[in-house]
Amino acid sequence: MKKDLSLYWKKNLKLMVILLSIWAVVSYGCGILFVEQLNTINIGGFPLGFWFAQQGAIYVFVALIFAYYHLMQKMDKEFDVHE
Amino acid sequence: MSILTWTYIMVGITFSIYLGIAWVSRVKTTKGFYVAGGGVSPLANGMATAADWMSAASFISMAGLISFLGYTGSIYLLGWTGGYVLLALLLAPYLRKFGKYTVPDFVGDRYYSDVARFVALVCAIFVSFTYVAGQMRGVGIVFSRFLEVDVNTGVLIGMAIVFFYSSLGGMKGITYTQVAQYMVLIFAYLIPAIAISMQITGNPIPQLGFGGTIANGVDTGKYLLETLDGLNQDLGFSAYTQAFGPGSKTMLDVFCITLALMVGTAGLPHVIVRFYTVPNVRGARLSAGYALLFIAILYTTAPAVASFARYNMINTINDTAYSEAPNWVKNWEKTGLIAWMDKNNDGIIQYRTGDAFAGNPDFSGETGPLGQRMITNAPTDNGNEIYIDRDIMVLANPEIANLPAWVIALVAAGGLAAALSTASGLLLVISSSISHDLYYRLINRQATEKQRLTVGRVMIGISVFIAGYFGIHPPGFVAQVVAFAFGLAASSFFPIIVLGIFSKRTNKEGAICGMIAGICFTFFYIVNIKFMGGTAWFMGISAEGIGAVGMVINFVVTLLVSQFTPPPPADVQELVESIRFPRGAGAGIEH
Repeated sequence: MKKDLSLYWKKNLKLMVILLSIWAVVSYGCGILFVEQLNTINIGGFPLGFWFAQQGAIYVFVALIFAYYHLMQKMDKEFDVHE
Repeated sequence: MSILTWTYIMVGITFSIYLGIAWVSRVKTTKGFYVAGGGVSPLANGMATAADWMSAASFISMAGLISFLGYTGSIYLLGWTGGYVLLALLLAPYLRKFGKYTVPDFVGDRYYSDVARFVALVCAIFVSFTYVAGQMRGVGIVFSRFLEVDVNTGVLIGMAIVFFYSSLGGMKGITYTQVAQYMVLIFAYLIPAIAISMQITGNPIPQLGFGGTIANGVDTGKYLLETLDGLNQDLGFSAYTQAFGPGSKTMLDVFCITLALMVGTAGLPHVIVRFYTVPNVRGARLSAGYALLFIAILYTTAPAVASFARYNMINTINDTAYSEAPNWVKNWEKTGLIAWMDKNNDGIIQYRTGDAFAGNPDFSGETGPLGQRMITNAPTDNGNEIYIDRDIMVLANPEIANLPAWVIALVAAGGLAAALSTASGLLLVISSSISHDLYYRLINRQATEKQRLTVGRVMIGISVFIAGYFGIHPPGFVAQVVAFAFGLAASSFFPIIVLGIFSKRTNKEGAICGMIAGICFTFFYIVNIKFMGGTAWFMGISAEGIGAVGMVINFVVTLLVSQFTPPPPADVQELVESIRFPRGAGAGIEH
C-alpha cells in the first residue's frame, strides 16, 4: 500500500513536469524568447510569434488544465485514491 | 429610447438579479460564509472565479492598453491567464484537500506557527485592499459616464449593493451573484466585439478576424495586422506586431513581468480561496479548467478588439478635419477622455507618437473656432495633437461601430458587473482573514459560530467603508500600487505554499525567513522606483516585473534556511502526506 502511494506521487510529479514544460515552451519560449524568429513565419495574417503571445499560448493553457484533470482522474482510479 | 433610459433599465435589471440571488442564498454558518459550505459545482465555481478574477481593469482598460502597446500588451494576456495552469497543477487540488477556509490558515497550520499565520494575514489584507480601491473607483466612473450621476454617488450606490449581498450571503451569496455577473460581462464584451469584427473583416469570430483581411475601404484585401504595422510606422510608432526594439520593453523585462503576473495570479488570496468552495479535489482540478476557459473567452477577444480599435481610430481620426470627425469623437470629448489641441492651426487632427501635451487635459471651459474644447495644458513640441484615454477603446466601441443604444447600455452593465464581482470577492477575503485568522485563530479561540459570523459581517461593513473612502478620495498612487499587489503575492505566498505541498522538509524557520526576504526585497525595490524616483537597478527589471525576482529569492532563502534548521514535527509531515492524495476531502454541503 505504502509503496503504491509513493509511485502515485512520482507519476503525478512526472505528469506535472511534462505539462509545465509545455506551459513554459508555448508562453515563454514561443511567445517571448523566440518570438522574433517565429514572427518571420506567417499563418494567414498572423506573424506566428505574435499569435502565440496573444492567442495560441492561452488556448494551450486551457487544454493543459483539462488534460491534467483527465489524466489525474484516470490515475486516481488506478491507484484507488479517488473520491 | 435614449441611451440613458436603456442604461437605467439594464443596470436596474442586473442589480435586481444580484440582490435577488443574495436573498435566496443567505447563510447562517461560518462554513457557508467563508467557503459557501464547500458545495459549489465546478462549473459554477469556474464561472464565479472568472468573474472574480476579471476586474474593471480587464473589462474596461485591457484592450485599450494592448491597442497602444501592440505586442508588448501580451504581458497582460499571458500573465493573467498562465497563472491558472500553476493554480490547477500546483495549488488548487492540494489546498482543497487541506480544506480550511483561508490562505493564512494553510500557512499557519502547515508551518505550525502563528508568526507565519500573521505574516500571511497581513500580506492577504494588504494585497486585497490595494486591489479593491481600484474596483470601487471603476464603479464610480461607469456610473458617472453612463448614468450621468456624480462619481461619488456612484461609489456610494456600489458600496450599498456590495455590502448587501456579501454580508447577507457571504461566500455563497457572492458565488452565485458572480455567476450572474459573468454572464452579463461576457455578453457585454462579445456583442460589440463580434459586430466590429464583422464590420472590419467580415468574419464574425474576432479571434480569427484579426488575422484576416480587411473587408472594405481603401485597404480592402490586405491583412489587418500588416496594415496596422504599416499605419503605426507611418505615424512614427514601432510596428504593431514587432516584439522588441527601441521604445519597447526589453526581452528580460517582458519575461519577468509576465512571470510576476502569472505567479502573482496564482498567489492572490481571493483567487485561491475560490477553490475551497468546491466539494472535492476532483472539483478543484476541474473548476480551474472551467475558470480559465471562461477567462480565455474574454482574453482571446481582447487582443482582437485592441487591433480593430487601433485600426478604426487611426483611420477615422488621423488627418481628418475636426469638423468632419465622427460623432463619437465629440461625444467622448465632452467627457474629457478625448482632447484635441490644434497645434498647427490647420483644423485637421494629427495623430503621432508622443503626448500631445503635458499631463491629463485641463479644459478651460471655452470652445475654439471649430467647437473643440480648449485646453490650458502646456503643449509638447511633437506633432501629436490628440489625447485619447485608453479606456475609450472598449467603452466607445459600440458607438464607433454604430450599434444600437441597448448595446451601449449593456457595456455599462458589463463594466459594473466586472467591478462589483471583483470587489465582493476581495471584501470577503479581507473579512474572513480578520474574522477567522485574526479574531478566531489568534485572539478568541472560544468564539461561538454566531460571534464569528457577526464579526465577519461587521468586517465586511468596515472594509466596504474603507474601500468606498478610497474610491471617493482615490490616492494618487492607485496605478502604482497594482504592481504591489502582484509583486507581493508572487514573492510572499506562492513559493511557501508550493514548497509546503511539495517539500516535506520545508519548516517554519525557512518559510518565515523566505516570506520576509521575498516581500522586503520586492517592497523596497518597488517603493524605490515608484515613490523615490529611483532607477531599476537590478538588470533593468521594472517595478512590475520585480516580483519574479522576489519569488526566486523567497524560494532560495526558504530552502536554504530549512536545510540548516530542524525538520518539521511528525504530525505536520503527515499532514503534507495526506494532502497529496485526493481521497477523504471533507464533504461539502448540498446547495
